Order: sequence, then structure tokens, then C-alpha cells
Amino acid sequence: MSDQQIEYAAILKRRHRISTCFEWVCRIATGSALLFLAVLLAGVIWQAWGWLDTQFLTGFDSRRPGKAGLLAGLWGTSWLIFFTAIFTVPMGVGAAVYLEEYATDNRFTRLIKLNLSNLAGVPSIVYGMLGVTAFVRMFGMISAADGWTLAVSLGIGTLEIPLPLGRCLLAGSFTLSLLILPVVIIASQEALRAVPPSIRHASYALGATEWQTIRHQVLPAAVPGIATGIILALSRAMGETAPLIVVGAMSYVAFAPGNLDTPMAAVQDPQRVLDAPFDVFTSITIQITNWIEQPKEEFQNLAAAGSLVLLILLVIFNATAIVIRNRAQKKISW
Amino acid sequence: MTLKSVSVSLTTLVFSFALLASNSGCEVSSTTSRTADGPEAGSTAGGDTATPGDGSDDGQKRVLIDGSSTVYPISQAVAEEFQGSHPNVKVVVGTSGTGGGFKKFVAGETDINDASRPIKEKESTQCKDNGIEYLEMKVAIDGISVVVNPENDWCKAITVAQLKKLWEPGSTVNKWSELDPSWPDEEIRLYGPDTDSGTFDYFTDVICGEEGASRTEYTPSSDDNILVRGVSGEKYALGYFGFAYYLENANKLKAVPVSATDDLADAVAPTAETIEGGKYVPLSRPLFLYVNKAKLARPELAEFLTYYLEAGQDLVSEVGYVRLGKATHAETVEALKQAIGE
Repeated sequence: MSDQQIEYAAILKRRHRISTCFEWVCRIATGSALLFLAVLLAGVIWQAWGWLDTQFLTGFDSRRPGKAGLLAGLWGTSWLIFFTAIFTVPMGVGAAVYLEEYATDNRFTRLIKLNLSNLAGVPSIVYGMLGVTAFVRMFGMISAADGWTLAVSLGIGTLEIPLPLGRCLLAGSFTLSLLILPVVIIASQEALRAVPPSIRHASYALGATEWQTIRHQVLPAAVPGIATGIILALSRAMGETAPLIVVGAMSYVAFAPGNLDTPMAAVQDPQRVLDAPFDVFTSITIQITNWIEQPKEEFQNLAAAGSLVLLILLVIFNATAIVIRNRAQKKISW
Repeated sequence: MTLKSVSVSLTTLVFSFALLASNSGCEVSSTTSRTADGPEAGSTAGGDTATPGDGSDDGQKRVLIDGSSTVYPISQAVAEEFQGSHPNVKVVVGTSGTGGGFKKFVAGETDINDASRPIKEKESTQCKDNGIEYLEMKVAIDGISVVVNPENDWCKAITVAQLKKLWEPGSTVNKWSELDPSWPDEEIRLYGPDTDSGTFDYFTDVICGEEGASRTEYTPSSDDNILVRGVSGEKYALGYFGFAYYLENANKLKAVPVSATDDLADAVAPTAETIEGGKYVPLSRPLFLYVNKAKLARPELAEFLTYYLEAGQDLVSEVGYVRLGKATHAETVEALKQAIGE
């Protein structure tokens, strides 16, 4: 072998060594992340063992750990996320479509885009403070002492909207919507940007209007990306505590919003469904936080059981969403 | 600046959307003045009760309590028992802290504020400005407990002067031996509540002579369980927090008897008897409810408070606090009766 070949073989060996090294660094990174997750999960399950029973899932909070349950939080979180989704999805996707498909690139839209990225990084408690001013107190236009109720008759009952909103579930949902809107808008924008311009051009070339192009070509293609953004954002909203406490979620609540504690009750007494958005509320996260602070040691087990329920809910939530997303992905046929 | 303006415009967007959603497709049939705070109180006050499919629990009333997390266990226990015997009233309790709760109380957003210290002058003025009259009720007594690790066999008692020397701002005491030469030459690990806590306000007031005056080199936490864990895990630790947390963890901690004089023989340990009998001084403190007087016109609130002072007193000791002495109790009951009568 010539000197050159020997040198080359040495370098090749070194290059392969570095490559293997890097592979191991990545393996260790993944492994330690998984290890932490496993330790965390094992710890939570260990603490929650024996506490996660039907009593826990169907009972309300109590000062006696053996009787305490998560039902108020389960209903509260479900309602909160339901309304948050209703408000966030149309607004978030709408704003993204406008910014990507209609808006021209000028200083104003650039300013909006910059602000959106900034807003996504604002600590959640700031949104809580905004929520108190805007929704709970409605900028002080009406004082809580001489508030009004706007009663709207619907076929199934009366919708009673207190003004100002006060510390109600809807105020919490509005606040969570504000919190995750920037994330949803940015994710949707990126999904729309990933749709190749050639698709739009082809659609226009066939004489389609902007609406037809967006409706039939761009949006369907962007749905998987948009859905991912929405799922991640709603999962984040599910785990929030600080803004809800500021908005006025309560620690001890022994009823579901609107006293709607079984799905059957919604059919039997629709009025309760109409009452729920304006009722005082708590959430899973707030019940967990509250239990952690209790002096009795058994409440630590309850907190772990609550965390486990939240984790399971998030997994179910994400799994459903992934299935929906994959279905949408299959429909794209170009 | 731009950040704020965008977030405000987003706010209006959300808001107008909500109004649109709630108004579309239905007509505004009536507007009733809301006399009470509960979301459903409007319908009971307005008198329109006949809605289709009336449940047995229609016309439910709400009592809203917020404030101190120290008082929370009492209010929660009373609320739970009260709801058992009054199924049409639902009591909710929040834990925003004494100060955080007062912010909502002075805005008229809650009926009752739990407080682990008396109302501050600033908060009282805000009440006046907002036209809110309040009733102060003592409901229980707490003995702030000074605790050490169970392995600590030297600190049998401590004087208020020693505590002051240890906790006052700019304190130079870092070792046990600097408090008492016969104690070990080891560093003291300090644990205490954070500055938002009413316990912190009270302790600094009676020990250091000024509310909020404390050394800053200690581990603060708003979660008393973290303080418990800290002191029970370190041999040379010392901390202070409410009696209930000591009582629940008495197997992991040792309460140090405190002497108001310079003589260690006068030291008194925190127990239900010494706190109730007024012997555990100066660290015993009353726990309060502040009640919005105007809302006492609602029978469910008056009923709840009366219950709080009657059957509720048995729950006080169950959750780890000390019930009121007979004289204070009678005074409070009288004051409540008078306020309800008005």
C-alpha cells in the first residue's frame, strides 16, 4: 500500500469512529429522556396505586382522602376544552388562511406575524391577568355589585348570561383560547405554506376562484398539519393551571358545572347544559395542585391519581386526533 | 407596546365572536337585574322559575369563598358538611391566598374572604371606596409552630429573643452555636413560608417587630408540605408554619417550645390546650372570615355562617386547628347575629 492509501485508511477509520460516537450520543440522549419518563411514570403509578378507583372518578372532592374524587375537575376540564376548541379552531384557522392566502406582504402583516411569534412565548399567567380584566370584569364597564343577567329564551330553556361574566367557565375558556391562539395560528400558517404553490396555480388555471381553491385544494392538503397544531395547543390548554387560578377557578367545588354530572342529565334537563358555561368551575389541574398543598399525606396519592387520569385523557385525546389526521392524509390524492 | 395592542385586539375579536354566537338565532326576551352573585341567583331573584324539565335541584344557590390556603381546610370541611344538610346550597372555596382573595373581595366578586391575618388598611380603604361593608369574624386559632428535625436533641426550647436574632433582617446567625454556645457548631438550614403568606406576615410581625421584616437567606415556599419535607430531611434544619401541618406530620418533626421571656423554663409547646388557653404566646393567632355585609341579606349566606360558628367549630379541631375560646366565640356569634339583623 502506498503512503496515501495508509493515510486514507486511517482517516476513514477515524471518520467511522466519529460517526459511531455520534450515533451513541443520540442513543444516550433518547435513552436518558426515556429513562426520566419511565421514572416519572413509575413514580406516579406507584403513588396512585389503589387510589384510582370508581369512587375517585365518580365522587366529588372531600376533606377525607378516602372519599375525595375528581368528578368536578373532569367535567370542568371537559367543558373548558370543548369551548376552547369551539372558539380557537375557527379563529385560528381563519386568521392563518387570511395571513397566508389573502394578505399581501406589507409592514402591517409582517408586524402581525412578528407579534404572533412573540405572543406564543408570553407566560400563561399574563393571559390569566388579561382574562380577568377582559372577561371576568369586562374592563369594569359594569361593576360586579350591580351586574345584569341577559336572559335569552331558547326552545329548551333559558340561556342566562351574567354581565359582567364573572368567575365562570366561559371566562376560563376565553382565556385559554387567547393563550393557544398564537400557537394554532402559527402552526396553521406553516401547514398552509407547505402546500406547493403549483397546486394553487393549477387550480386558478382551471378557472377556480380563491374560495374554491382554498376550500377544495389548499385546506384539505393542510388539514393534517393544522390538526397537529390544534391537538398540541389543546393538550397544552388541558394542562394549564396558573391562568385558570387567576381567572377565578375554585379549589373546592363539589358539583359539575350546571349540576350536569351525568351525560344523561343533559337529555333529561337541557336547562343544565345552558347553565354550565356560566357556572363556577374547577379543573383537573387545579384539583391536583390543591391536593398537593393539603397537610394530610394521603392527598399526595390523590394528586398522583389525578395526574394519571390527566395523562390517560391526553393519550386518548392525542390518539383520536392522530387517527382523524391520518384519515385526512389518505384523502389527499395528488 | 405592540404586543399589548395585538393582544387587546385579539381580545375584542374573541369577545365579539362570543356575543355574536350567543345572540344569533334567538331573541332577547327579558333582562333581569342580578341581585346576587351566583350564576343562577338571577332566575330565583327574577322569579321566573318554570322552565321545562325542572330538576329537583333547580334554584340552586351558591356561596363563594376565596382567600387564605391556611383557612381553606376549615372552610372546605364546613362547606362539605353544610352541603350535606342543605342540598340546595353549593359552597365553593378558592385558595388565592389572603391577599389575592382580598383583591377579589374588594371588587365584590366573592361573598366571604378567608384570612390568616387581619385586613390591611389599604384593603379596608379599597372596600370603602367600592361601597363594600364587611364583617370580621374570628373562626379558629392557629399556633405557628417552630419545628426542627426529630434527630435534633439539643434544642429543647427557644426564646423569642433567640428567634428574633435568627430571623431578623440582616441576621448574622448561621450556626446553632451562635444562638446558644452549648448547641452544635453546625450550620442551621432555615425553612419558612414565602412573602405572600399570612403566616409570614404574622410571624415577622410578632418575632421581628415589623410585618414583612425577615432575613432572606432561607428556603421559602408557598407549599407547606415542601417546608415539612425540608425540615424532616435535614438534621440541622429549623422552620415555621401553621399548627395543622405540624400535627399531620408530628411523627417526622419536633415542635420546639417557645418562651416569651428570656427564661427557657417559661417555654410553652404548641398543643390544642396551650393555644386555646392563650398560653402559647406570642405565636398564636386568630384566623378570620371577612363577610360582605350587603350579601348577608341572602338567607343561604346567613345560614352558612351561623352553621360555621355552631357545627363548624367541631370541624376546626378535626382539620388540625384550635377552636375559639368561649368568650371570643360568644362575641363572634353576637356580632354575626347583629349583622344579619341589619
